[in-house]
Amino acid sequence: MSDIVQKSERKAEAYHTEANGLVGRALMDAFRKFSPRVQVRNPVMFIVWLSMFVTLALTFQPTLFGKTSVSAAYNGSVTAILFFTVWFANFAEALAEGRGKAQADALRQTKTDVMARRIGPDGTFQTVPAGALRKGDRVRVERGDIIPTDGEILEGIASVDESAITGESAPVLKEPGTDMFSTLTGGTRILSDWLVFKVSADPGHTFLDRMIHLVEGAKRQKTPNEIALTVLLAVLSLIFVIVVATLKPMAAFLHINLDVATLIALLVALMPTTIGALLSAIGIAGIDRATRFNVLAMSGRAVEAAGDVQTLILDKTGTITMGNRQATEFVPLPGYSETDVAAAALLASWYDTTPEGRSIVALAVSKGAKHDAAWDQAQGVDFTAETRMSGTNLADGRKARKGAVAAVARYVQEGFKGAIPPQLKEAGELVARKGATPLALAIDGDLVGVIGLSDVLKAGMRERFAHMRSLGIKTVMVTGDNPITARVIAEQAGVDDFVAEAKPEDKIRVIRAEQARGRLVAMTGDGTNDAPALAQADVGLAMHSGTVPAKEAANMIDLDSDPTKLIDVVAIGKQLLITRGALTTFSIANDVAKYFAMLPAMFMLALPGVATLNIMHLATPESAVLSALIFNAIIIPILIPLALRGVRFQPTSANRMLARNVLIYGLGGLIVPFVGIKAIDLILSPFLH
Amino acid sequence: MTASAFWQIAIVLLVAGGLSVPVGHYLARVFMNERTFLDPVLDPLDRLAYRIIGRETVSVPMTWKGYAVNMLLTNVLMGLLIYLILVWQGALPLNPLHFPDLNPFLAFNTAASFITNTNWQNYGGESTLSLLSQMAAITFPMFTSAATGFVVAIGFFRALASRNGGQDLGNFYRDFVRVLTRVFLLPCLLITPILVWQGSPETLGAMAVAHLVQGGTQHIPMGPVADLEVIKHLGTNGGGFFNANSAHPFENPTPLTNFIETLLMMVTPMALVIAFGRIVGNKKLARVMYSVMALMLVAALVVAVSAEQGGTPLLAHAGLMQHAGHGQAGGNMVGKEVRFGVTQSAIFNTVSTAFTTGTVNSTPDSYTPIGGMVLLVQMMLNCVFGGKGVGALNFLMYGILAVFIAGLMVGRTPEFLGKKIEKREIVLASLALLIHPLIILVPTAWSLIAPYGVSSLGNSGSHGLSEILYAFTSAAANNGSAFAGLNGNTPWYNVSLGLVILFGRYVSIIFMLALGGSLAAKPAVQETVGTLRTDTALFGGFWLATIIVVGALTFFPGLVLGPIAEFFALHAHHMPWGPR
Repeated sequence: MSDIVQKSERKAEAYHTEANGLVGRALMDAFRKFSPRVQVRNPVMFIVWLSMFVTLALTFQPTLFGKTSVSAAYNGSVTAILFFTVWFANFAEALAEGRGKAQADALRQTKTDVMARRIGPDGTFQTVPAGALRKGDRVRVERGDIIPTDGEILEGIASVDESAITGESAPVLKEPGTDMFSTLTGGTRILSDWLVFKVSADPGHTFLDRMIHLVEGAKRQKTPNEIALTVLLAVLSLIFVIVVATLKPMAAFLHINLDVATLIALLVALMPTTIGALLSAIGIAGIDRATRFNVLAMSGRAVEAAGDVQTLILDKTGTITMGNRQATEFVPLPGYSETDVAAAALLASWYDTTPEGRSIVALAVSKGAKHDAAWDQAQGVDFTAETRMSGTNLADGRKARKGAVAAVARYVQEGFKGAIPPQLKEAGELVARKGATPLALAIDGDLVGVIGLSDVLKAGMRERFAHMRSLGIKTVMVTGDNPITARVIAEQAGVDDFVAEAKPEDKIRVIRAEQARGRLVAMTGDGTNDAPALAQADVGLAMHSGTVPAKEAANMIDLDSDPTKLIDVVAIGKQLLITRGALTTFSIANDVAKYFAMLPAMFMLALPGVATLNIMHLATPESAVLSALIFNAIIIPILIPLALRGVRFQPTSANRMLARNVLIYGLGGLIVPFVGIKAIDLILSPFLH
Repeated sequence: MTASAFWQIAIVLLVAGGLSVPVGHYLARVFMNERTFLDPVLDPLDRLAYRIIGRETVSVPMTWKGYAVNMLLTNVLMGLLIYLILVWQGALPLNPLHFPDLNPFLAFNTAASFITNTNWQNYGGESTLSLLSQMAAITFPMFTSAATGFVVAIGFFRALASRNGGQDLGNFYRDFVRVLTRVFLLPCLLITPILVWQGSPETLGAMAVAHLVQGGTQHIPMGPVADLEVIKHLGTNGGGFFNANSAHPFENPTPLTNFIETLLMMVTPMALVIAFGRIVGNKKLARVMYSVMALMLVAALVVAVSAEQGGTPLLAHAGLMQHAGHGQAGGNMVGKEVRFGVTQSAIFNTVSTAFTTGTVNSTPDSYTPIGGMVLLVQMMLNCVFGGKGVGALNFLMYGILAVFIAGLMVGRTPEFLGKKIEKREIVLASLALLIHPLIILVPTAWSLIAPYGVSSLGNSGSHGLSEILYAFTSAAANNGSAFAGLNGNTPWYNVSLGLVILFGRYVSIIFMLALGGSLAAKPAVQETVGTLRTDTALFGGFWLATIIVVGALTFFPGLVLGPIAEFFALHAHHMPWGPR
């Protein structure tokens, strides 16, 4: 996964430069977020916010709660630090939201009021605004038009620029009847020709609308895990409220008068303000990281769930392999030479325009097969799902066929009462054992040979699957290939398991079986028949190029239509949770040093022995309290980049990951504040006389 | 620490640890309704009990709610019975010394204290209670409160062990009867005669009259003491027959009885952890838990014994020799029995506060500040093995919080024993965490500034603060250990301590049962290398750190004002407190 990490780091760098433009906006938004309605959503920061008003009152009236030994200036300093603590938290959240907001603004611009050509029941065109289109309307678009809304293509072929949505500048060829390329997305632009399509979404529910909504995070729901953590932080804060509130009477019993501003400073320093301030920024940034990978998560919950995934269900074709199979060998059957097979293969593929057919032609020509002028009067026979064969019918009545071994064998037996040489099975298996797909080749009733079609593994997949395994994630390859080919590819790619000769409905069966064993499953899909499986999976990643039902069933959409993204999404989900856990640990571990700074400061005048606990040798009680509080505030902006970027994530076992993070954020969290508070005290104490 | 002290600690730990293994396996068999070697004798007894309770009632499977409701119901009824016996004891039989009725405040406090396994005593046993009260209001709940704690723990363990979302935790009454007959009955029958042999009385006669050498007579109160002593320690109860508790020669006559009583406190709570491992099917996890608890216990023993052995700097300053040496044990002997010495006293009281028994054979009020703080800290953590059942529950509560944070750090929704820890679990575990400081710190602070709180104090200053803090910590932890130096028999302390005791017991038990119910209902997630393993030394360390850090953050300020301030003052040759 090192390439993922690098990629995300590169993206992070790009983000950094881009972020500079967003900082100004976030600086202002941080002030707006002082509104109580915003603050009340975050219990930890809300207590800080409330405390700020108490110390503000004490600044103007130091004797508000009775006799005091501290000055208005001291109370004012505490107030100022509390103000910045809240402001830093606001700033972190505003900065995390900034990118999404900017992107949403850009998307809105593509959604300017477009006029559409609606086709009436009588076939005439009516020019209406895009907002008037409803589901089921038929619309015609022509070269240069902005496509007014989402739809399914009924007629026409055209190239479409989808860069407004996907960021990919290469145009996509769209035509009706294919699962993959017959959907249109509103806001994209038709570059050539014309299309007629049926509107598939009402205004406000188009893909573009949903996308704006998602990237903007306007109604961001807290995820279940985030809520659980918020509860824990709130209860910890409540415990500290109890600790600090009871400290005043306890001290009073010993004739020590504790100042309210100092108690508030102690409370704020002890409360987990570091994680409290950064928690929502971490969540937003996690979704944003997915967005930067061009993966649109329907909710933060989906990203979190991705981190929990234990089984990945992957299509072989297009995910593990390049998906364009190439002819790599001809195996002759008894009575024929390789040259005979090449000639027959050339004939059977002459009218085959698929990439596979072209590769057979190329291999045949390289083996010395020649085109015959008689073929010009011949007729091509296309592949169908029923026959599972394609080929050429010559004018003289001869028929050349190639296709799945079983299908061609049946064709020879049933159509021509031809004999099936026992070597056919062997040749087929020979090819399959190399991981290639065998195609049988027949001319009328005679089986000539077997063509081997090999698929090429995508680069680096093996390492990626090894990384997945080290994270405890099982990979299952689903393929329509026969078991022998499937096994070879599975071994080459290094997946843990495979399902061969799979029909689309097999995916949902595999998902259910894995879920029944208590595992969380992720899968990718694009076709309409993937939709139930996408909905059943705990994480369903649909390809943007896929059909509308698939996209609606999924909880994430990959705008690049790259199924291997699933692996990146898992990493993003994990990174999100790790960042939360690491900063929580850091925040709580910090408290130890704060106690050692603040408690001696509060008690050493009345209880001289307690000064021994002042192990940092902080100059005065005032500077000790202020230094701890300042450290508590400035650690927030220092950690903002970490919160937005996410904690460094390396694929390794859970135990190693825990050991590493405990060392860095637990032990580091114990030590860093001792150094930080002492440093601040050294700077601060000369000014406090 | 002297070599002799080292060996005394080592022997206690080794014998208790060694016994805890077979007992743990036996407990697991009892809890998992497997056959045990005692069945032929005890089955008829069980059947008799089932017939009295009702055959229907003992065979209905119960969810966590059924468990909680029936636990509360039986406890309320038993508590009421105890209360009525105490307020009417003057009119009831077996009252040879004609003690009057207890006032309602004291009766409430005592009933709350004994039904919850706390055994906080605001009364002096031999000068307040009739023999009937000693037996029916004191010894009886010592059995049932210990059984209640165990049964709740069994229910929680079964919830964790549930694999397929099954929500039945068993039957409260059946478990209750089985624990009583199979765990508590037999040791009481076997060990009581040993204590009698060593000098504990077991009689319905009230008084021995001694004719003194110098003339005159002394009236020595007696009663059914020996049987109470066994269940007092075996059930981690801690309430003494006499005011002096296990320092009294009738309760704890010899070093041998002291050793037996120490072991009785330790063995079953230690064994419960081993039984946990068998019930949830993860012995390695049990070993980790056992090791973490044992580590805390060893640290506490070493610090407490060393502190007491070290003596006090004020006496050293006055030129008194406190070192252990030829012919003398040395150390801080104030408030300790000569027949036990510094080491056996410190071990006994440390074990008593760790295992939430609360029995004392020496006075914590006279301990050195650090020695006293060790006792206090163990009750604040309340999971150094802990009392019957609830110690393990508290430890698991910290475990769930630790799993949540550590689980996040490995990038997965945290899970414990295959169950996802989500919002509901965190809400319940954090509320269980919150209740402890709430009911310790708030009433402590209140008592320290209220005239009716301060008037009970024997000392001012830091030591006085420690006395009140100790009382509420002991009550909240359902420990019952008394620091002494505080007169608790006032309406304020009877009521406030009584309420803290009830909250500390039932609120946290209900939260933990609810947590168990929530976990039981979840389907188990399959474990992979991506799952955070909780049965490793690494996680054990994180677990320990969570307990220490959360405990320290909560109670450090109070400790600084109490024992720590006293310690520094003492070493600066200041008198930390003055007689009032």
